Amino acid sequence: MAEIKYQTKPLDIWNEGKALRQQYYENYAKAHEKGGIRWAGGAWAYSAVPAGLGDDVWSLTGEPYGASVAFDKKFAARCHEAIEAKGFARDLCAYLRNYLGSIVLDEYVFGGKFPKPDFQWTTHICCSHAKWYQIASELEGGTPLFCIDVSTGLYQDFDERRREYVVNQLLDGINWLEKITGRDYDDEKLIQAVYNECEATSLWAEICAMNKTIPAPLDEKTMYSLYVFGTIMKHRPEAVAFYRKLRDEVQVRVDNKIAAVGNEQRRVITDTQPPWGFLEVFRYLESYGVVSVGSLYTFSLIGAWEVKDDGTWGPKTTPQEQGIDITTRRQALEILADWTHARPEWQHFYSAQKKSDMMLRIVREWQVDGVLLHYNRGCEGLSLNIAENRLAFKEAGVPVLPFEGNMGDEREFDLERTKKAVDSFLELLGVK
Amino acid sequence: MITAGIDFGAKNVKMVILDDGKIAGRGSTLTGFDLKIAVKDASEMALKAAKLKLDEIAHITETGIGQGSVEFAADSVSEVGANAKAGVKLLPSARTIIDVGAEEARAVKCDESGDMKDFVVNERCAAGAGAFVEAMSRALEVELEQMGPMSLKATEAVPMNAQCTVFAESEVVSLIHAQTPKPNIARAIHDAIAERVISMVRRLGITEDILLVGGLAYDVGFVDAMKRGLGVEVHVPEFPEYVSAYGAALIAQERAKE
Repeated sequence: MAEIKYQTKPLDIWNEGKALRQQYYENYAKAHEKGGIRWAGGAWAYSAVPAGLGDDVWSLTGEPYGASVAFDKKFAARCHEAIEAKGFARDLCAYLRNYLGSIVLDEYVFGGKFPKPDFQWTTHICCSHAKWYQIASELEGGTPLFCIDVSTGLYQDFDERRREYVVNQLLDGINWLEKITGRDYDDEKLIQAVYNECEATSLWAEICAMNKTIPAPLDEKTMYSLYVFGTIMKHRPEAVAFYRKLRDEVQVRVDNKIAAVGNEQRRVITDTQPPWGFLEVFRYLESYGVVSVGSLYTFSLIGAWEVKDDGTWGPKTTPQEQGIDITTRRQALEILADWTHARPEWQHFYSAQKKSDMMLRIVREWQVDGVLLHYNRGCEGLSLNIAENRLAFKEAGVPVLPFEGNMGDEREFDLERTKKAVDSFLELLGVK
Repeated sequence: MITAGIDFGAKNVKMVILDDGKIAGRGSTLTGFDLKIAVKDASEMALKAAKLKLDEIAHITETGIGQGSVEFAADSVSEVGANAKAGVKLLPSARTIIDVGAEEARAVKCDESGDMKDFVVNERCAAGAGAFVEAMSRALEVELEQMGPMSLKATEAVPMNAQCTVFAESEVVSLIHAQTPKPNIARAIHDAIAERVISMVRRLGITEDILLVGGLAYDVGFVDAMKRGLGVEVHVPEFPEYVSAYGAALIAQERAKE
């Protein structure tokens, strides 16, 4: 076991984060009690848009919900059995099966009955999302559904024509939201939500960028619990407030060399969602002084990045930092579309080379010694290109360990076999 | 100095005892359900062959799937680490060691010191491992030991598409119903495993010399399929199933000196 070299301590903000997350899911479940609105959809959805309906509009985003189910292995197994018994194949998206199984069982992972949304608002970000909420709607007896097609390709090709394609759908979506909820849409609330989303996602990138420091102030297992606000409420003021506080605390950790892992001696990154029921693998790595400092997934599923003047990655400059005053609905939607489609994780779906380049950038800038690649059978979208990414690492001389698993279905993850492979990797890194 | 390595395999537990670097004894027994009994039997066999007692061994290193099960082991090493060390000792020019055991196939690239440079292990499906041949020998109603010699008598290469043991078995049944000669089916089975192992090794990059170890290296039909598939010479050491245990014993020797 590796020698302790750095001081370490838990995050002060940890419990606040836990409470905020719990409160959010409770707010969603109890929204109707206070006359509020519930909607469901992907975490990739344009969540700032329904915010124009009011402050009492709460969402249940499917992927973080599916991950919460996965963490409760017994409940996840029941969800899988329930939805598979209805004829859904077990090689479908694990989050989708967790989510739909939860509807079929009529059980909310946080307790009580599954809180049916008033409408579905989502995007077609991957093959599963293209059908996910249609099926959810059918299982719920016909919940109204609005989908936005976002298959516009790489951001480098996101020209005015493509942006208009997305913005026009969002404008139609606002009319639809007014019609099905009977509420008047408030553009001022939309504009504020866009400002919030840009700031929250830029702040998350700023926090992740601090992990370039040695020792890393954050480990990825902890970061999983922190990025979640960007997947459930990135447009809300609570997310901005939380990330501002977190940024300040992480800065203190950097300034004082407070490590996430006191015995840090090697730094690795991962890729895609982890097998949520088996995060102990991270602690096993840490017992040998190997800290996962993040991943393209953790950094940029929600994080907004840009290349800075020195050529390195840093937080994307927000519209407010640029002095942009958003005054109209269209302008807000144009900025939101552009901001959303620039996010690095969105490029994942279109180019193996682009993804490899971004991951190799992380290896260089975050001073990474090795990479663990999760061949995640639970997510066809984000597993795309992983084998090619492995080749890119090999060509670059970066040690890489691919391991098979599933983010949300424990039947497809073999802990002992994975730990055995990790042991070999630890020997390769020279720490075991 | 006396050291030992114990390899906890999916099917067999193997132990090798070294006396000043030379093999003094080896023992092997079925892993079975009671891991402690398997360890006891294998170690007693090896100790008896070496004419030694357990407390005379200075350092014991374990490897394999059941790491942590050997109470008297001082430490552990991964199978790929053990393979690299043993492979270069057995064949100094070896740079790629391919190990195909009952449940796993793995390959390791190493340097002239026997230090691991890169490795790859098979994915979760058991195809590509020795258990596959056993299952197929049952489907063919042929003794396991006869699969290799029978395969060499094949007159025709029959393509076999299945990568999974379950589907492969149904494919073998179809070939039997199509009255395909058994030697041709045996070769198809060996070719299917070799293809899977070779595709895995190619991910690592093939660097000669190549040493094939593990229980399946006893199967001449599989060795032939590997040679044809790789297009290069494949070396097989004596007692290939003991190579991981031997590597662990060599590492025990290094660690005892530290």
